Amino acid sequence: MKEAIKITTPLDERKVIQLKAGDLVKITGHIYATRDAAHRRIFELIKKDQKLPIDLEGQIIFYAGPTPVKPGYSCGSVGPTTSYRMDPYTPSLLEKGLKGMIGKGLRSQEVIKSIKKNKAIYFAAVGGTAALIARSVKRSEVIAYKDLGAEAIYKFYVEDFPAIVCIDAKGKNLYETEPPKYMK
Amino acid sequence: MREIKINQIKNEIKRLFLQANYHINQDLMKLLQQAQRKETSPIGKYVLNMIIENNKIASREEVPICQDTGLAVVFVDVGQEVHLVDGDFTEAINQGAKEAYQEGYLRKSVVDDPAFERKNTKTNTPAIIYTDIIPGDKIKFLVMPKGFGSENMSAIAMLKPADGSEGIVNFVVETVKKAGPNPCPPTVIGVGVGGTADKAMVIAKKAIVRKINQPNKNPKFAALENEILTKINNLGIGPAGLGGNITSLAVHIDYLPTHISGLPVAVNVCCHAARHAEGVL
Repeated sequence: MKEAIKITTPLDERKVIQLKAGDLVKITGHIYATRDAAHRRIFELIKKDQKLPIDLEGQIIFYAGPTPVKPGYSCGSVGPTTSYRMDPYTPSLLEKGLKGMIGKGLRSQEVIKSIKKNKAIYFAAVGGTAALIARSVKRSEVIAYKDLGAEAIYKFYVEDFPAIVCIDAKGKNLYETEPPKYMK
Repeated sequence: MREIKINQIKNEIKRLFLQANYHINQDLMKLLQQAQRKETSPIGKYVLNMIIENNKIASREEVPICQDTGLAVVFVDVGQEVHLVDGDFTEAINQGAKEAYQEGYLRKSVVDDPAFERKNTKTNTPAIIYTDIIPGDKIKFLVMPKGFGSENMSAIAMLKPADGSEGIVNFVVETVKKAGPNPCPPTVIGVGVGGTADKAMVIAKKAIVRKINQPNKNPKFAALENEILTKINNLGIGPAGLGGNITSLAVHIDYLPTHISGLPVAVNVCCHAARHAEGVL
């Protein structure tokens, strides 16, 4: 496979349109880990046009809820959770400027349409490689919704976080293009 | 009559949940390494490499293999000569799980009132406990931290007897096809055939952690396991669902007698970690 492309956050349209489905990337910078419950809250705030706990513009959200931090580590084990559960909320967040999402699994047609419209990008991280991914998280803090425990919003500073471009801004989707090549 | 103190059960449960969350089964690890060599998809090989490296790190450093440290599923076989003393059996299991999840830096992923409040219980309990009485004076434990990426892809069908083995094959393959990337392929698929709706799913779950790729003792069911595995891998879903020829590592079927009008088929999907640990008191 080709060498991984190093990218930094925040993302902008220029950076996003250069990435193609199938590219390996290594992400450096701040990303936000949030999942079901926090998405629900953010979605409700957007609907009411209220201030959000994070400024979404150019940011990458990582669908994840880490394990508690073991002493001597900067972060617990943290791999992607299945993205489709966040689909109902995602178009709203993309409209608000969210540029990248890291998760695993299929996305709905509405989300893919919104990714294309907003020139955003969906990365797949390998599910179940939580100890490995945790090594790329150099700093971790809960910045909102502490009451949600594992489902709080975490701000991670990551270096060389490994991911694969899964759905690019043109809507090319690895989950659609790759399996047919191996079907018998 | 053999006395076993409740505290021993608590300690064993705790030890097993830590073990299961940090250390992958070695037979499964060998199978993953084989799969990495056999897989022809470049992305598939990359994914399998990541999984193998992850499992080594988790074991070496005693950190969780996956952030979804799962629901605490426990199967206990209690020898009928055993006399449990100094406490409550169920409480001991829940306490053992609670301590493992607290002291092992494991994630607390249990919410009560699933339909409305969904408030985190903060202890990763209650555990899901299945108890059987067996001959003898020992207690056997099997713990499975069951993550829900895979659990959510499980399914059951109450087939007609006329649907036969072909119906079983089609249902299992269809279930895996619908799941796609979601359960973290390459998966281990447990299939329960017969019994009642509920019993079929219980034996399906237990079947997941049979010695990997050990075929069913009945050659007809062993052939069915092979057929299903081949058809699953022909789907091309691949590691992480990103395309490849290894979508499942193993299919384990277990079966029970059932009603004259029925053919329950339960599919319990498991990810590539298939976390479990066994112990005996």
